[in-house]
Amino acid sequence: MVIIGAGECGTRAAFALREEGYDGSITLVGSEPHLPYERPPLSKEAMTSGEAPSIKAIADAARLAEHRIDLKGSTTVISIDRANRSVRLGDGSDLAYDKLLVATGSIPRKLPMSGLGARCVYLRTFDDALLIRQYLREDVRIAIVGGGFIGFELAASARKLGAEVTVVEAQPRILMRGVPEEIAAIVHETHVTEGVEIVCGDGIAAIEDDGNLVRIALSSGRTVVADLAIIGIGAVPVTALAETAGLALNNGISVDARLRTSDPHIFAAGDCCSFPLAVYGHRRVRLEAWRSAQEHGALAARNMLGAEEAHASVPWFWSDQYGLTLQIAGLPDEGERTVRRDLGDGAFILFHLKGDGRLVAASGIGPDNTVARDIRLAEMLIARSARPDLTALASTAVKLKSLLAA
Amino acid sequence: MSDWIEACAADDIDEEDVIRFDHAGRSFAIYRSPEDEFFATDGLCTHEQIHLSQGLVMGDIIECPKHNGRFNYKTGAARGAPVCVNLQTYPVKVDAGKVFIQLGN
Ligand SMILES: Cc1cc2nc3c(=O)[nH]c(=O)nc-3n(C[C@H](O)[C@H](O)[C@H](O)COP(=O)(O)OP(=O)(O)OC[C@H]3O[C@@H](n4cnc5c(N)ncnc54)[C@H](O)[C@@H]3O)c2cc1C
Ligand code: FES
Repeated sequence: MVIIGAGECGTRAAFALREEGYDGSITLVGSEPHLPYERPPLSKEAMTSGEAPSIKAIADAARLAEHRIDLKGSTTVISIDRANRSVRLGDGSDLAYDKLLVATGSIPRKLPMSGLGARCVYLRTFDDALLIRQYLREDVRIAIVGGGFIGFELAASARKLGAEVTVVEAQPRILMRGVPEEIAAIVHETHVTEGVEIVCGDGIAAIEDDGNLVRIALSSGRTVVADLAIIGIGAVPVTALAETAGLALNNGISVDARLRTSDPHIFAAGDCCSFPLAVYGHRRVRLEAWRSAQEHGALAARNMLGAEEAHASVPWFWSDQYGLTLQIAGLPDEGERTVRRDLGDGAFILFHLKGDGRLVAASGIGPDNTVARDIRLAEMLIARSARPDLTALASTAVKLKSLLAA
Repeated sequence: MSDWIEACAADDIDEEDVIRFDHAGRSFAIYRSPEDEFFATDGLCTHEQIHLSQGLVMGDIIECPKHNGRFNYKTGAARGAPVCVNLQTYPVKVDAGKVFIQLGN
């Protein structure tokens, strides 16, 4: 078994192969020089704890060895030879496979304009985090281009370390993609209270980076001057290998519900693939979410061993900014109406329902993990296509758990 | 052997639920199973230092509220990514409607 990409998904797949009892060889090939590590802390705790970020490894060398997972780090797969069932590595050697998993993840979308230089950066890897961290201190001006999750998590971390932060978002409001307005408004207010300047509805006309300072000219005529510009305008799936190998693509590597590509010996999983989401009538989606990457890895492993199991779970996502945690189960854009449940301490949950009363998503925000339990229960209700009573959803006197029993 | 520490009243915990109990600078989680038995573990997840008491109890599983890592709260066994380190468990007894836990030395 060969796995391309030693990220969250590929690493989980490698362990799952062993957990499922597979006894043959497992090679996990990854471009990055580090042990497989978690990305979510890079914009959060890892940025603010200590002088420099440290790696939160998914597994150390001992655990990899114990599970007989052969990690080839600092190694890039440059091509897939489907006819001979082998992959070619950067050093020119070939590696044969029975089944191949492509878990190449995604990379930041590049800002499509000239003028970007050394002071315009993106955040995806630990090495990116090391670089950004050097700038996060008092009297440093940080511009964040793009009002998405990574941008706002970085804004929170930068404020915590005393930097000045301006966020520029082209859309009329922040977190347009996938986050209901009521929740985005809380995030917005919190950042403003913490001293972040947020500019919405203004595009980037030009960027000039002389290696010391970045000048961002906005469409409105205003100029934002910063010591560092961090660009966070979304991610694109890493598909070049699959494309050259002739695998079907469709907003990422196209896989079926079993995460199989158009070649039955090749699976794809995690951020790099799009797949049919059963809970929404097999709507094809590509997710960029951590738990999903793990679930995909485990499912791909079982199917590489012949399980023929279809993907069934509900997407789930979280983000931490300051003391707030936001969690979303399902995709809120599937909803047609909303019911709100207030949990106290400013925490609340929005239930997103279809016109026929079917619960399709839930999104919540609040201090610490106040929304976690109800979001998790909502996720189970969504998985069951439940049509919960609306007054029960709105009333904290009714435990959500009791609706599951119904 | 150290003493039994009174943690809470049995009625403070719903069936198939968990509460937090802090003692001597440490945090514990006390569970009541669907079969009406009581259990105790360390209060913080072994993935990051997150209070498990805000998590969800399902059968004999406690699910961490932060990233959904799972443990069997009866044995402390880690039961799913991202957690891989087991939870410490502690003996529990119920006496006259009160729950006591026994801390190690
Ligand atoms: C800063 C940051 C914060 C995040 N925060 C959250 C969060 O709070 N909540 C959440 O749900 N999600 C979060 N995410 C998203 C989450 O981390 C991703 O969804 C997850 O990492 C996807 O896993 P993956 O294995 O599919 O891809 P990746 O983790 O990107 O791993 C892919 C790996 O494949 C390697 N690779 C690519 N091509 C090749 C090749 N040809 N040969 C060898 N190796 C190759 C890459 O180098 C990379 O290491 C965050 C992401 C980032 C960057
Ligand atoms: S903190 Fe418990 S699973 Fe991550």
